[in-house]
Amino acid sequence: MVLASGIYLYIFFDTGIEQAWASVQRLTEGQWYAGGIMRSLHRYASDALVIIVVLHLLRELVHDRLHGARTFTWITGVLLIGFLYASGITGYWIVWDRLAQYVAIASTEWLDTLPLFAEPIARNFLHPGTLSGRFFTLFCFIHIAVPLFMLFFMWIHIQRLAQPRVNPPRELTLGCMAMLLGAAWLSPATSEAPADLSTVPAVVNLDWFYMLFYPLLDRISGSAAWGVLLAGALLLLAVPWLAPRLRVQPAAARVDLPNCNGCGRCVQDCPFSALTLGPRTDGLPYTDQAVVDPDLCVGCGICVGSCPTATPFRRHSSLVAGIELPDFPLTRLRDAVDNAFAARVPGERVLVFRCAHAAAINSQGPDVAEITLPCMGHLPPPFIDYTLSRGRADGVILAGCAQGACYERLGQQWTQQRMSRTRDPKLRERVPADRVIACWAGRDTVGVSAAIAAIRNRLPQSTVTGEKQPCPAG
Amino acid sequence: MSGRLILQAMIYALAAAGLISFSGGPAYTHLDPGLALVKLSFSHAGERKEDCRTLTPDEIAALPPNMRRPESCGRERVPLRVELDMDGKALLRADLPPSGLAGDGVGTVYHRFPVTTGRHEFAARLRDSRRGDGFDYERSAVLMLAPQQNLAIDFQPDAGGFLFLDGNAVAEKP
Repeated sequence: MVLASGIYLYIFFDTGIEQAWASVQRLTEGQWYAGGIMRSLHRYASDALVIIVVLHLLRELVHDRLHGARTFTWITGVLLIGFLYASGITGYWIVWDRLAQYVAIASTEWLDTLPLFAEPIARNFLHPGTLSGRFFTLFCFIHIAVPLFMLFFMWIHIQRLAQPRVNPPRELTLGCMAMLLGAAWLSPATSEAPADLSTVPAVVNLDWFYMLFYPLLDRISGSAAWGVLLAGALLLLAVPWLAPRLRVQPAAARVDLPNCNGCGRCVQDCPFSALTLGPRTDGLPYTDQAVVDPDLCVGCGICVGSCPTATPFRRHSSLVAGIELPDFPLTRLRDAVDNAFAARVPGERVLVFRCAHAAAINSQGPDVAEITLPCMGHLPPPFIDYTLSRGRADGVILAGCAQGACYERLGQQWTQQRMSRTRDPKLRERVPADRVIACWAGRDTVGVSAAIAAIRNRLPQSTVTGEKQPCPAG
Repeated sequence: MSGRLILQAMIYALAAAGLISFSGGPAYTHLDPGLALVKLSFSHAGERKEDCRTLTPDEIAALPPNMRRPESCGRERVPLRVELDMDGKALLRADLPPSGLAGDGVGTVYHRFPVTTGRHEFAARLRDSRRGDGFDYERSAVLMLAPQQNLAIDFQPDAGGFLFLDGNAVAEKP
């Protein structure tokens, strides 16, 4: 929205000192139904971006998504904040009203405290005769160039994420657009009086989303303000090393070449681009083999869940998949399934495969057992078939992160697709659909309890009566 | 479901209210509206620290053909001494060192002084030579400053020295 509205505004914007304010005014008042709305959208969407960036930062911090392989993404994200602010602030300059005059002078006076410039940049705003048209046009260029650099840096920001989701869900897009249009209609963005360098804009209506720190420049020296900024930036950059890990990251996945045929499914499913296909090194008659970059691997095990050799039905060979998590070998997972209800009679036994980031199951009785996995995507679909067809349990719950908030990014999505048989490895057709519930409730224990109650109601031997209760979280 | 929609609508409304409220206010008072602002700023190169020396014919001949010149000049320049008074009281006393690693660039100054409005007498002085005392440029002016007026004091040797710009000058002493 910021980009589209900005392009529209630039078509009508005049980059001359004398013409800039008037051209924005013509846009705002002369074509309020289009240019005015676009200008307001441009401003409000840019402001909303600041809110979203802050929420994004807090979310990643709270969910501990900043350690290990994610540190690169955190650091590039923090650096992007600088581009965001440079883009926003220069956008206010080019309107060349009283606010622009204040922001331009305050910014350049602050920049001049750095020992970088032979002559003070703020001298350009000393009086009306010192501001050249060429310098003003440079403002406009900066406001276009910096966002372009920001886009490029955003591309770097997501380099270590496979299949990044750039666009928000349709409902959120429509909701935000309606909200911003409503704000633009209720309170259109307007300019202050034209800039006049022979006077001082004593009182200005700041955009506090971008200019929150400007009052500080009037209270402390420019050098001290740079110190505050540098300290804040360094603190944010150092958060991955300062913040405690909320969990111990499992060891990186390991490829077992005798069981790897180089099919590439793990490469496609890895959320952090930690897997690649490399040339075969063991002489087996396959073209490729999976290669793990341990520095990028977060140990989520989604690759194990995608491996076609990860099946517990093996009889004539030991259970080792083409790719395994050393801390969570599949043999241990099969043992856990086999022993979950060793002493219980069939009937109402519910086995919960729980993602380590979802709520723990407590006090649900002897007929409920749970097996914790690093991520729901770690569970190979044949294990669900194995659990039910071999009578290890009567119902299965997949308790994962909240809908759309998978800690390992893609585990939930891939699990849903594997369960719905649209992604390999697919859940076998013979698995009764009413015996499996995927519950994306995150830390919500009520949601998981409801899912357990719902699946018990579906069991033929059930003695529980009452209405079926699907998992409220899906 | 309807409860969820209502909650979403409330969050959107709250976000819109926040955007409207803080994207253009509350107003910030950058300068007391009853004051005026005086800005002194200029860039100027001082005199060379040493006189240029005339090269002898032998010295010129010893130079590569493309670098032969009649004089040899040191690069370093003297620091500037600048003073600004208002109503007989000092607003600024500063020595401005030449910029550049070799000390051969311009000396620069940029200072802002919030001042009361009304009639004021300003005196600006600059020394840019090797003389030990006194000044090479001086100008005084009596000005009437209005609230929020920006008085710029520039220095342009080609225009005679100090310039008092955009002030409503009522009198000027030579």
